[in-house]
Amino acid sequence: MSGMFISRFRENRLAVVGAGIILALAIAAALAPIIAPFDPAMIDGRHILEAPAMSHPLGTDDLGRDLLSRMLFGARISLLVGFVSAGISTVVGSVFGALAGYYGGWADRAIMRFVDTMLAIPTFFLILAVIAFLEPSIWNIMAVIGLTSWMGVARLVRAEFLSLSEREFVLAARSLGASDFRIMTRHMFMNSFSPVIVSAVLGVASAVLVESGLSFLGIGVQPPTPSWGNILTAGKANIEIAWWLSVFPGIAILATVLGYNLLGDGIRDAADPRLWRGGRGPRG
Amino acid sequence: MRAWIVKRLIEIIPTFFGITLISFAILHLAPGKPTDVLTEMNPKITPEARLRLEKYYGLDKPLHEQYLLWLKRVVKLDFGESFASDHRPVWDKIIERLPVTIILNLISMALMLAIAVPVGVSSAVRAYSLYDKITTVIVFIGFAAPAFWIALLLMMFFGVTIDLLPISGLKSMDHDTMGFWGKTWDYARHIALPVFAGTIGSVAGLSRYMRSNMLEVVRQDFITTARAKGLSERVVIYRHAMRNALLPVITILGLSVPGLIGGSVIMENIFGIPGMGQFFYQALMTRDYPSIMGVLTIGAALTLAGNLLADLGYAASDPRIRAR
Repeated sequence: MSGMFISRFRENRLAVVGAGIILALAIAAALAPIIAPFDPAMIDGRHILEAPAMSHPLGTDDLGRDLLSRMLFGARISLLVGFVSAGISTVVGSVFGALAGYYGGWADRAIMRFVDTMLAIPTFFLILAVIAFLEPSIWNIMAVIGLTSWMGVARLVRAEFLSLSEREFVLAARSLGASDFRIMTRHMFMNSFSPVIVSAVLGVASAVLVESGLSFLGIGVQPPTPSWGNILTAGKANIEIAWWLSVFPGIAILATVLGYNLLGDGIRDAADPRLWRGGRGPRG
Repeated sequence: MRAWIVKRLIEIIPTFFGITLISFAILHLAPGKPTDVLTEMNPKITPEARLRLEKYYGLDKPLHEQYLLWLKRVVKLDFGESFASDHRPVWDKIIERLPVTIILNLISMALMLAIAVPVGVSSAVRAYSLYDKITTVIVFIGFAAPAFWIALLLMMFFGVTIDLLPISGLKSMDHDTMGFWGKTWDYARHIALPVFAGTIGSVAGLSRYMRSNMLEVVRQDFITTARAKGLSERVVIYRHAMRNALLPVITILGLSVPGLIGGSVIMENIFGIPGMGQFFYQALMTRDYPSIMGVLTIGAALTLAGNLLADLGYAASDPRIRAR
């Protein structure tokens, strides 16, 4: 299966592009201290709001700091927030979904009612409200984003577990005396792995978007720590004179989100056996 | 049908209380009391005055009592007084700003449908053609672009570079001197950018969804039957297939309400629009506690209303739902 998976994945050019973007981003973030031409926090009063030029490839901001260096360090924030938030929501969602799907009955009804209620809350409002009351540290932001975006994963895992619970291999494991925990983790979760991975990858994309929005509003990552969202705040303040402050960080966010979305779609198509024959399947 | 509607309406009630309970619990469990801000900003306040404030908001009571106290007032649409210096009732402040947000979002939704449906249908009809591939790429990009960044780009181009549209507020300085059509035109010019900026991302997702629905419907037997009857391709696509593919889109529109409401915080903040999102942002910045809870509650009510309307629309157009 894995060989089939890889060849299917490589056939999907868009997915390979997505993987390439993410890889490039990760390398840039890892090497930021080495490849950044300037100290991202270095304020330089003589070079305020300079347009892109040889000395500062992407220009400088309203405090004379080098935009390229700040964006490279911003990539670290974006990567960290994306992965940790999506990790939290995937774990929380999987646990709730597994319990609901495995035990059914009142546990299922209670959990799904909770999921429906959470889905009806304008999540962005709630995130804003919570973060405004907490200190807007990066750890709080990741926790809050993760804890408000697990509902999709829960539904997905529940549906998978419901359909798996009557299958022979699960019944076999049970009759061999395997514990509930072992059946859930070893047998059922492993068999619903690929949709969970897809939704985790897409979750990274939406966490990156939410973080940039929060930082743009001034409730996310706090200056002087650079994040793409809070650079855009400076972009808005100087929109009439410094286009580069608005354009470049936005392109970075767009490319990142695009990369994760393409990658997620690619994994889904490659892992779906229904699409394996005949080349061009219906891509959702 | 009536029984179904009644059942659906009754279901909303526990969900609504669930939402307010969750919001209330989360806000109250977060460290820091609402009165901290009041007292921090006013160093002259005495410990006794602070206690009085806590008593007024019931903050000395256990959490469930606070919630019931709050709920009792909310049922009467009393969200308390704003912490802002004007001390006006929160409900009055929300009611002033709500219509702006609702109207803007309705216009956005109409625009979304008007663009996304034709794009989705046409790319499904010509699936895997060059046109379909190009729209796919554009859709992926539109889907990935943060709405507030699109807003900034639109502001930069239409507001600064070609200086065609205003970039802030809802009215011009000389708005009051204009006639009816002048005022309408003035509003239209002001909301053009916020509406477009808020729509582009959703159009991308929605058109993609429409496309995959169409592809699925077109493979079904009744479409083959319609073709076999000798109906023209136009009738098959636009009458038979599109209607069926449109159904789930209604649901998605209903489900997109919380996102739209949440997005209005950013949009109204960027464009300086005096709506509920901007009010919420200001309330957050000043930790105006009663206002925050008020907006959260109204937002939840709007979301539930959106979901309900979507369900009703779905039921009205699909007899299979009604029969259940």
